[in-house]
Amino acid sequence: MSEQTTTDEAGRERGQKGDVLVEMRDLRISVRQEDADDFEIVHGVDVTLRRGEVLGLIGESGAGKSTIGLAAMAYTRGGCYISGGSVNFDGIDMLNASDEQLRQLRGRRIAYVAQSAAANFNPAHRLIDQFTESPILHGFSNKSDAETDAKQLFGRLRLPDPDNIGYRYPHQVSGGQLQRAMTAMAMSCRPDLIIFDEPTTALDVTTQIEVLAAIRDIVDQFNTAAIYVTHDLAVVAQMADHIMVLRHGKLVEEGDTREMLAGPKEEYTRQLLSVRSFAKEGEKETGGEEPLLRVKNVSASYGTTPVLFGVNFDVYREQTVAVVGESGSGKSTTARVITGLLPPSEGSIEFAGETLPPDFRQRDKSQLRKAQMIYQMADTALNPRQKIREIIGRPLSFYLGMSGKQREDRTRELLNMIEMDPDTYIDRYPTELSGGQKQRICIARALAAEPELIICDEVTSALDQLVAEEILKLLDRLQKELHLAYMFITHDLATVRAIADHVVVMLKGKVDDQGAKDGMFQPPHTPYTDLLLSSVPEMDPDWLDDLLAERARLRAEGKLAESADN
Amino acid sequence: MHAIIKMIGQRLALGLLTLLVVSAIIFGAVELLPGDLAQEILGQGATPETVAQLREDLGLDRPAYIRYFEWLGGITTLDLGTSLANEREISELLGTRLYNTLFLAAISAVMAVPLAIGLGLLAALYRNSIFDRAINIVTLSTISTPEFFVAYILVLWMAVITGWFPAISNISPDTAFWDHVYRSFLPALTLTLVVTAHMMRMTRAAIINLLNSPFIEMATLKGVAKRDIIVKHALPNAWAPIINVVVLNLAYLIVGVVVVEVVFVYPGMGQLLVDSVSKRDFPVVQACSLIFAVTYILLNLTADILSILTNPRLLHPR
Amino acid sequence: MNETWKLLKSAPPTAMFGMIVILLYILVAIFADVIAPFGEREIVGAQYEPATEEWLLGTDNLGRDMWSRIVYGARNTVGIAILTTILAFVVGCFFGLLAATLGGWVDQLLGRIVDVLMAIPTLIFGLLILTIVGTSVFNLILVIGFLYSTSVFRLARAVAMNVVVLDFVEVAKLRGEGLLYIIGKEVLPNILPPLVAEFGLRFCFVFLFIAALSFLGLGLQPPTADWGSMVRDNAVLITFGESTPLIPAAAIALLTVAVNFVVDWFLHLTSGLKD
Repeated sequence: MSEQTTTDEAGRERGQKGDVLVEMRDLRISVRQEDADDFEIVHGVDVTLRRGEVLGLIGESGAGKSTIGLAAMAYTRGGCYISGGSVNFDGIDMLNASDEQLRQLRGRRIAYVAQSAAANFNPAHRLIDQFTESPILHGFSNKSDAETDAKQLFGRLRLPDPDNIGYRYPHQVSGGQLQRAMTAMAMSCRPDLIIFDEPTTALDVTTQIEVLAAIRDIVDQFNTAAIYVTHDLAVVAQMADHIMVLRHGKLVEEGDTREMLAGPKEEYTRQLLSVRSFAKEGEKETGGEEPLLRVKNVSASYGTTPVLFGVNFDVYREQTVAVVGESGSGKSTTARVITGLLPPSEGSIEFAGETLPPDFRQRDKSQLRKAQMIYQMADTALNPRQKIREIIGRPLSFYLGMSGKQREDRTRELLNMIEMDPDTYIDRYPTELSGGQKQRICIARALAAEPELIICDEVTSALDQLVAEEILKLLDRLQKELHLAYMFITHDLATVRAIADHVVVMLKGKVDDQGAKDGMFQPPHTPYTDLLLSSVPEMDPDWLDDLLAERARLRAEGKLAESADN
Repeated sequence: MHAIIKMIGQRLALGLLTLLVVSAIIFGAVELLPGDLAQEILGQGATPETVAQLREDLGLDRPAYIRYFEWLGGITTLDLGTSLANEREISELLGTRLYNTLFLAAISAVMAVPLAIGLGLLAALYRNSIFDRAINIVTLSTISTPEFFVAYILVLWMAVITGWFPAISNISPDTAFWDHVYRSFLPALTLTLVVTAHMMRMTRAAIINLLNSPFIEMATLKGVAKRDIIVKHALPNAWAPIINVVVLNLAYLIVGVVVVEVVFVYPGMGQLLVDSVSKRDFPVVQACSLIFAVTYILLNLTADILSILTNPRLLHPR
Repeated sequence: MNETWKLLKSAPPTAMFGMIVILLYILVAIFADVIAPFGEREIVGAQYEPATEEWLLGTDNLGRDMWSRIVYGARNTVGIAILTTILAFVVGCFFGLLAATLGGWVDQLLGRIVDVLMAIPTLIFGLLILTIVGTSVFNLILVIGFLYSTSVFRLARAVAMNVVVLDFVEVAKLRGEGLLYIIGKEVLPNILPPLVAEFGLRFCFVFLFIAALSFLGLGLQPPTADWGSMVRDNAVLITFGESTPLIPAAAIALLTVAVNFVVDWFLHLTSGLKD
């Protein structure tokens, strides 16, 4: 990151760049349990952060990365407490500091930026009032100075209409803008340290870029130290000077960003790095034969709000069609039309040459059987009160009339197909399984119906990256063995790259562009498709810099589409 | 602003419609009598001629819907008909009793609302403390107790044994204000005890729900002091649930008053309703039921509208 | 079985107390004939006799043994309250689940009807209807069960709504499953805990409601032994500083408190298990 400034714009002298700012030693954090021994979730981690440096904490869910980040503020979430070790912030022993001391540090010298800005802004107050709260409270500045500063910072973070946006309420501002406003709020007292807790995870990729660029800019300008918590290695590669890889509350590996990306020492880090490298072999392109699924000029609306406008695409046998788009693009709605949950207002769905009735209630058993669906949240797609035997067995008896031993045998066979041991799992309830296992059960349930098409709605989005990759590989193998066609709905272009044969890009309820995968990742396309495809973070630490430079050039030439957020 | 006015308009229209349907139900219920009112009044022994005569006198020979609209029209001019039991004007019977009932409810509310909200806030703030647990047990017990049990315990203790307050609320229209308060104290205290428990528990739940919001955590991490978190961050978002709790319980007060009035022989509407029910004095039962129902519906409507007015999302539309 | 026992033993003191009380009441209700020294309607002495060895709690306003009547009251008052609650539940749950699962105009229609019915305060509505149809035991159960089914409807619909929107219900619908399978196999098993808790709470409300009606002289009619009307009949004793009329009232309070304690624990338990 930037090497020059050691003073902020007020000329105020800061601690020397390179001095140790935060030091945590043998940090242990436990969860209080009512009727059992306390349960340790962070097992002795050391963290050192220097002034002006950005530290990336990376790991999958349950790694303890957010918990460690918040421990720098001597704060723990409900039920957790710091059970051992020390936390030192600029010479202050945080764990033995009084509540009043901590209160004075929080917001003033250490600030926090949360994952969901929408939930973390108070809905009852205007943005600018929430911005000025800290500076006034901590005696950092008075109301009018703080307001002027707010407008300046809003401008620096490239929020539209910076002089007036602050006078809006949180619900009147979009997600990406709120996230930037929250970063501005964290900056309001020019803290020494900001903790960013997955600040872009909830955002669409094109919006993510804007927020990442804004955060990096402002951290650079004020020479603020930061702890950047994320599960996404490609994001952290753009943001951090230094990376700590965490797993199950322990440190796996730490080091300089470029060095680690170039030569990871640990196997786990290597896996995380190679996570986006999976790609299916052999592409199946649109053949001359009759399509299995034809979405024919489909328009649809929720009540009186139109959401789809003349959508057209085909899915061929044994082919994977990825439908890509950001939130609100209509990709999931398209799936609802195909399954018959939302009858279209215009157009039709053809399956193997036959037009399906628009409403699923009018479709017969075999029409329903041939197209199955897998959902994003395996948690809610499985009935928690049914055993695996019942979950997978039900479609067997319902569609195929199986019962008794035949049904049992087939259930076991399906479990074997998804690489889960029948003896161990057949009598379990879904709540006793991990996220990846639940998703496998959903796949088995879909397979039980012996479908020809499976619609996968963001099936890997809720999973950790390594688990997601396993699921993708499984789906790929099953496709080859069972000659399945997939319609793959996703916002994640890495997934598209890994698994798609054909890509359909959706924007605001329309197909913006479509084509064979290989061609799709090569510009030029429609401006939006180019913007979308180029916004996927890559592991290369220079990727963001290069991209921003390229976009600045394009913007100057007037060739750049704006993200949907602005 | 436009959206809010539209929403409130809708609520008012819906409230009005509900009132109409409810009045129709109250009116129509009496039509379900086996035989009819005239037969009912005169008993089985009456000759068909006398029954027919009375039927004509009461206007029962005309279709029900015409009588319904006449009844409704009468109500709008405060003409509620005449009592069957003593042939007095019902509006005259009700006048002071309605005042007395509202008076009793008002005293109880004045005691109960601040007490309940205060205790609820404290319990939420010190959640899972001994204080919270103790108050949980006490309120749970109070809620589960019949009102007349509370009432009689208070009578036994504060009237019979100590003689502090009268056991029977002897109130006439010329009772002086403070004397009225004094004589209504025991019934008011009974109502307060019963309602406070409800209100307090609901307040506690509403606040705890709110304190778990991410924006409260954010305020903590901005270094806002605990007191300011409650006052500046939680409370502006808590108005809607708290108002709801209060109004709901006020509605309950008006209705719960029936049993308490009977225990203390308090000359209010509830007493009159129960008397009229046992005398099968239908016009009075209808009038009382209607007034109780109207109060109840109006209070719920108020809660609805107030919670719209305190919702920032609705106050400041996109 | 073993686990149920372990769970029961881990109950906090309040819930333990509640369970013991409920068990005691059930035993008294079942064995009323054995426990009560005199008959329910038997006049055994002069009115308002003080408590002696012969009459544990004295006699009532008609010279019947108080203790015996309290014992029989357990059978009558509690029995009717349970029957009423069951009726309210069957009706309320059936329509609530139907509304949630079918949605659309069925939901709208049922919702509106319940809104209007609930706009009238229950006690007032109950008094109005009972005045007209008369207060036989059968009517009492029917009317109160009907009145309380509205709130059961609201709860059942609300909890079922949370389940109906989940993907596994959509999976079942898209598979082509019928309404009965969806309600019985997919929805109902997932809303049992709140429904069981609601049953306890509803029972308390119904029980208190019946007691209040009887106290007002409009519930169970004499000479049936019933706790609410026993308080009313003997209330005059209180003004003489006697506390015996409070005993049936205390019996009511004790049971509802006990049920509430158990429900409170149950709610805590089921919400905790979800985490």
